[in-house]
Amino acid sequence: MKIHEYQAKEIFRQAGIPVPPGKTVETVDEAVSIAERLGLPVMVKAQVHVGGRGKRGGGKVCENMRGMDIKGLTVKKVLVTSAAKIASESYLGIILDRDTRRPVIMISPAGGIDIEEVAESTPEKIWKLAVDPNQGLRAYQARELAFKLYSEMEQVKQATSIIMKLYDLFWQFDASLVEINPLITTDKGKVIALDAKCNIDDNALYRQSRIADMRDLDAEDEGEIAARDGGLSFVRLQGNIGCVVNGAGLAMATMDLVKRFGGEPANFLDIGGSSNPEKVVTALRIILQDRDVKAILFNIFGGITRCDDVANGIVRAFEKLDINVPVVVRLTGTNEEVANKILKTIDVRTGATTLDDAVRQTIELAGSFAGAKKQTAVA
Amino acid sequence: MSILIDKKTKLIVQGITGRDGSLHTSMMKEYGANVVAGVTPGKGGTTHEGTPVFDTVAEAMEKTKANTSVIYVPPAFAVDSIYEAADAGVKLIVCITEGIPANDMMKAAPYVKAKGARLLGPNCPGLISPGLCKVGIIPGQICKKGDIGVVSRSGTLTYEAIWALTSAGMGQSTCVGIGGDQVAGTGFIDCLEMFENDPGTKAVVLIGEIGGSDEQEAAKFVKKNMTKPVVGFISGRTAPPGKRMGHAGAIIAGNAGTAQAKLDAFAKAGIAVANSPTEFPALIKEALGSIKNGARKKTGIKKAATKKTTAKKTATKKTAKKAAKKATTKKTTTRKTAAKKTATKKAK
Repeated sequence: MKIHEYQAKEIFRQAGIPVPPGKTVETVDEAVSIAERLGLPVMVKAQVHVGGRGKRGGGKVCENMRGMDIKGLTVKKVLVTSAAKIASESYLGIILDRDTRRPVIMISPAGGIDIEEVAESTPEKIWKLAVDPNQGLRAYQARELAFKLYSEMEQVKQATSIIMKLYDLFWQFDASLVEINPLITTDKGKVIALDAKCNIDDNALYRQSRIADMRDLDAEDEGEIAARDGGLSFVRLQGNIGCVVNGAGLAMATMDLVKRFGGEPANFLDIGGSSNPEKVVTALRIILQDRDVKAILFNIFGGITRCDDVANGIVRAFEKLDINVPVVVRLTGTNEEVANKILKTIDVRTGATTLDDAVRQTIELAGSFAGAKKQTAVA
Repeated sequence: MSILIDKKTKLIVQGITGRDGSLHTSMMKEYGANVVAGVTPGKGGTTHEGTPVFDTVAEAMEKTKANTSVIYVPPAFAVDSIYEAADAGVKLIVCITEGIPANDMMKAAPYVKAKGARLLGPNCPGLISPGLCKVGIIPGQICKKGDIGVVSRSGTLTYEAIWALTSAGMGQSTCVGIGGDQVAGTGFIDCLEMFENDPGTKAVVLIGEIGGSDEQEAAKFVKKNMTKPVVGFISGRTAPPGKRMGHAGAIIAGNAGTAQAKLDAFAKAGIAVANSPTEFPALIKEALGSIKNGARKKTGIKKAATKKTTAKKTATKKTAKKAAKKATTKKTTTRKTAAKKTATKKAK
């Protein structure tokens, strides 16, 4: 889960990492009053979950930023913060590195721009340290890194302390990424975090209630919120073939096959392992909200998931929802025969033996369904 | 033959009285797994469907001398179960539980390794050696005893692949689900190495997905170290970047995680790629066929290796290496340099 800069800054501030003073506001009047209190000049920064806000006009002094779109996300809140006088800009980040399976601290004197860009064009300007998670970060290790950034001992001390604190935050908040870009020195020689980024592991939200409460529902897709509440994993895509699958890998493979056979998947949807029939109803409700969907494919490989549970869910969904698009169902594995009997009572297409067959059938039905609709419209 | 589990597996089920644990214990027993004990704190001294239940893994180990455990414990407690099993001396720990925080696993995975044990998972379907043993939740009825090894980051997609093989009459030696999380105990390379050394495995199916660069590393390993043919599959070609696709590890960040980067790596390593799980049988037939016909450079190795199937693993390897030397000197040199590189790396 991502949190906003202002939320991350609050966490940093409490941990003792220096950040410039500021406040989030929603109206121009509020912004002006905060700006007057802080003293000019101020920075006004859009609070949206998008990288490269600065490049897209999301970080400046202006009257009308609220309501502007940055990469399709509407700005509802802005952070008004003191504009610091910058003497130097660096980068500091800690990520969960999959290759070393350790938290890796990255620093670079090339701050203020995308670290991916730095890694690509001038990799020699990045230093990395993979920390042994069972030993923790030693002060000397943090200091070694700080010496790469600064030559004055005064700044080295400040940066060492910031690195140590950031490392603690990484663990304390179950982060997968914490980042300060840029970490600056002011004209007075103070090292401060001008920006703050913090991504939290979704698996840890059960014990991070403070973070879970920070979730910005405005920033998320309605279907994705409904799916999460219903215990499903859902991602909206651009196509017209709705997919309901058990298991993430199979769900992705199903989407890929839809594309391969000439269709476009409308979504990724994993109903998970133990298939409560209610989950199937929720899944169909979410998919049907998408008006572009012209056909729906169920691909269930029963293991833990029992095919009859899913079949019962589909029947229940047909009772509860107005389903007017063709539905293809392929159920294989645990209790498959019982499931197919249950499905005989409703109008769905069954009988595809392989996954490939089921995908082809669905695409075909979506095509003729879209065609039929057009004809009716003409008539 | 098989890898990791067989008739000698003596299994402890951690969380045996829970809903999932209970259901799958009976299914594992039905398949023929030797479940010697269950563990649920507070239920020690009772039996669960004929299996003795203990309060702690240590006690269960003392009484049953088990060598393997499987964990069906809710995510908030599962990491503790992993530590408990490792400390009690379990050699193979299979964690089925999904939803364990990755940061917990960063600490737990090296801990288990340091104890000399192997962790499979978390967030995985476990493994099955058809006809011999099953640990986890892979449905037994879709498997068939044979000589194809399967290793995968996914659950149900693995079943799909197994089913495609079985339907085509191709049995499996062992099918291993390594799990979809960012930090897993066992990786592709561990399994590939075991399959390479298993005389009962002729070819390997490798199923990867978007996110991370494990598939690229696996491809490099295949090119450098495998004499047996490997066919592959990558799911998530249509996944948008930046979004988590169900599995915690399935997120495209930067170029390394994309399906294309992985497919390119497979192509470079000579791994034939299936566009659908249904294509596996044909690809395997082709790969094995070309070896028989001597179309591949590795022919020499393969033939030498098959002749000595009865000999010990190490002997097979030596013979293979000798054969490789004869077959192409150039290749052996490259391999030697590579081995040297690895050695220096290790020394560092």
